[in-house]
Amino acid sequence: MKGSLAKTVILLVGMYVFLKFILPLFTAPLPASLIFLYLALTLASAMIFYTMSGGSLDEFMGPIGRFLTGTGQTGIAGTARILVFVLFPVLVGWQTYTRLAPSDMPPAENRTIHPAPPGEFVGLANPYERSQNNIMMGKGLYAAFCSPCHGANFDGKGPAAVGFNPPPANFGDPGTIAQLQESYLFWRIKKGGVGLPVEAMPWKSAMPRWEVELPDEWIWKIIMGEYDGAGQSPRTWEEEE
Amino acid sequence: MKPFNEGSHMKNHGMIEKLKSRVPAVKPSSLFGWSVFWALVLLPAMVWAQDAASQAMSVEYRDIPGVGSRNVVWVVAQQHLLLAGFVLGVPIFAWVCEIVGWKTKEARYDKLAKEFTKLLTSAYATTALFGGILLFLLIGLYPKLMAYLSDIFFPTFIVYCLLFLLETVTLYLYWYGWDAMQGNKKTFHLFLGFLLNVFALFIMIVPNAWATFQASPVVVAEGTAIERAWAATWNPTWWPVNIHRLIANVVLGGFICGAYAGIRYLLAASQEEREHYDWMGYVGNFIGVFGMLPLPFAGYWLMREIYQYNQQMGITLMGGFLAWLFILQAMLIGVLFLGANYYFWMGITYRIPGSERTYRRPILAMLVVLMVCLGVWMTPHSLVASLEEARKMGGTHHPLLGVFGVMSAKMTVANLMILVTFMSFIMYWRAGKQETAAWAKIAKSVMGALLVLAGIAVIVLGVWGYFVPAIIRINYFSVAQVLIVLFVMVTFTPLTAILMKSAKTTTEMIWGQMPIRAGYSLVSNAVMVILLMSLMGYARSSSRVHWHVYGVIRDTSEYAYSPALGYAAAFMSLNTFVFCLLVAFIFWVATMGDKGKKSPGQEQPAPAEIPGSVAPAMAGGAPREKV
Repeated sequence: MKGSLAKTVILLVGMYVFLKFILPLFTAPLPASLIFLYLALTLASAMIFYTMSGGSLDEFMGPIGRFLTGTGQTGIAGTARILVFVLFPVLVGWQTYTRLAPSDMPPAENRTIHPAPPGEFVGLANPYERSQNNIMMGKGLYAAFCSPCHGANFDGKGPAAVGFNPPPANFGDPGTIAQLQESYLFWRIKKGGVGLPVEAMPWKSAMPRWEVELPDEWIWKIIMGEYDGAGQSPRTWEEEE
Repeated sequence: MKPFNEGSHMKNHGMIEKLKSRVPAVKPSSLFGWSVFWALVLLPAMVWAQDAASQAMSVEYRDIPGVGSRNVVWVVAQQHLLLAGFVLGVPIFAWVCEIVGWKTKEARYDKLAKEFTKLLTSAYATTALFGGILLFLLIGLYPKLMAYLSDIFFPTFIVYCLLFLLETVTLYLYWYGWDAMQGNKKTFHLFLGFLLNVFALFIMIVPNAWATFQASPVVVAEGTAIERAWAATWNPTWWPVNIHRLIANVVLGGFICGAYAGIRYLLAASQEEREHYDWMGYVGNFIGVFGMLPLPFAGYWLMREIYQYNQQMGITLMGGFLAWLFILQAMLIGVLFLGANYYFWMGITYRIPGSERTYRRPILAMLVVLMVCLGVWMTPHSLVASLEEARKMGGTHHPLLGVFGVMSAKMTVANLMILVTFMSFIMYWRAGKQETAAWAKIAKSVMGALLVLAGIAVIVLGVWGYFVPAIIRINYFSVAQVLIVLFVMVTFTPLTAILMKSAKTTTEMIWGQMPIRAGYSLVSNAVMVILLMSLMGYARSSSRVHWHVYGVIRDTSEYAYSPALGYAAAFMSLNTFVFCLLVAFIFWVATMGDKGKKSPGQEQPAPAEIPGSVAPAMAGGAPREKV
């Protein structure tokens, strides 16, 4: 149990380096909120583990207590102690300043990606048969109207996608259309970004309001084509036979 | 000179006396004249009164200026619900403790059951008081809604009143008859405990019908009053809420009793008290954990029913603006799981001397699994990110960690956390003992293999869940995960019990040695449960959005909007704080009598000595007394 505090510090630093610098080598960088969450969990783990018995608690808290009281802190350790006492409030002050200082950056958003649909769209079922013909027609319509943004492979990587932030939905992701009923897609396609409710503020969706251009029949068939093309199934309450 | 008021009073009094003296002298003819006179005088007043009455009948809402009617009802309803949860949860395990005491002839269980019931009696009156306040507030502030609900549910009101009477009588008999019904009459006392729980169950499920009707109404226009009430009662979310609340009440009751024991442990003046409250804290934590293990399954069933009942409501809760509450829920449940396990682990290291080295590695492994699971559970689907971060990620979904945001991942980690917590308990049970059965080695190997297989199966089903239609995942994979975990629990528990029956105690368990942070962790667990109930109660209630009765009666008051999440969170904290104050007050009142009973000689605390030997684990080891 020797050096439990030092092990904790090494663990935290290692975790931070992994999340901040190593993981982004393989995927997109993590937002600060998530890094903070994972670091907090790591610290909590260490504290739980090292405070489980009297011996380990002393090992963990002893150096902190000695540092704060100054017991046996002479020479470089004593100077480091004073330095920390000076720098710590400065760090807190700097942190407070950066949080409160006016900035041109918009605040972090917790936008609701999948807001609840209006009542008139709830429970609607696709009125068209799931036949090969209808699916093929849906895919054709998708290619004409949807693929420029959502991509020919249904992955949200159409040629126009680079112009949008947030990017168009990737239908192959199990967190998108696979979580939703067909009626939900019908609403979103028909009413578009302008049809989003208040809770989905700040309405960051460039989805056109397709009801002005496409008849309902085409929209239902596009939905069929999307699910089929992305290899997903709509959320239902009955199993398909 | 007489004061003015007194003079006028005297004058009026004189007039009345004069009128009185005249009444017998009135002739029939003049009686008619008086009638006409009074009719003419009173007619306008009667018309005005009728106007006022009809005006009162048409009032839809009343407000409390400054505070707001919704806020007042929010606080009072939450206090009533939390108190009711405690009052209905405690009798369940108080009764079970009493049965254990009766069966094992160990007096300490009977003493514990009585102590639980003592807390119950003082909380019962406060619950009823808050129920009454809530009723008056609802009638006064929401007259139209209450008229509608009364019209539908009136027959259930009668049933509820009768149940309340029966519950009260039974509780009085149960509590006041405790000492008188020992010995031969104990079985009758146990029967009273059974009745108490039956009435308590029905007292819970009747108001649940009213609350769940508001969320998932079944309105029948025709039929008798009883038929309409029955149809409204059997609404789609009634039984899911009943089961969920029943289990949650046990959890709440267990952890609050644990917190009570924790505080008494911290305040204990003698070693005897320390031992007793250490043991009581352990039992409270055990009950809380016992209830917590199946609770997520019940919650999952409830959410499934809500989704199936109305997609809009389901999305509002889990994908819409209330979805952030589920991240907070994950955090609170995670802290609760950690707190409960931490208490178990501290129990091993402090109560069983020398065991720290043996169990350090398994504890570390369990802690790592719990933390990884909690990390996954708390990772939201849409991340909180600045504009710059969102650009780098290509949206608020992270391409790699975004997969943790959906139900398949959440269900998997929830099941694993339950499995780990269960194993914590098994480890605690086995600590300080050596199995002597010849087949012990094989049994332990089988259990180990089963545990590993169960863990792998839960993970495989969780990953596979991403590649199948939602209905397959919900109906089969999630159910299979739950069944696997339950299978582990129902096979390990009896197997361990049989193993422990013949086991040799290598290290005696010592009670009353836990550090002060153990007491605080018990209090923290109780606070987490209260916060959790306040949080999810708000989520369930606000999923109706601008409807009093979903899709039937619209909220047209000035409060027909959902408050910001920060505002709601502040109210949840306020409710938790107020409830903690209430419980502290109730417990203080309940234990006042104990201090009074102590003789002056007993006031001096006995020296706090470490007991040399105490009875073994599972359910404790305070010095055994025979009934």
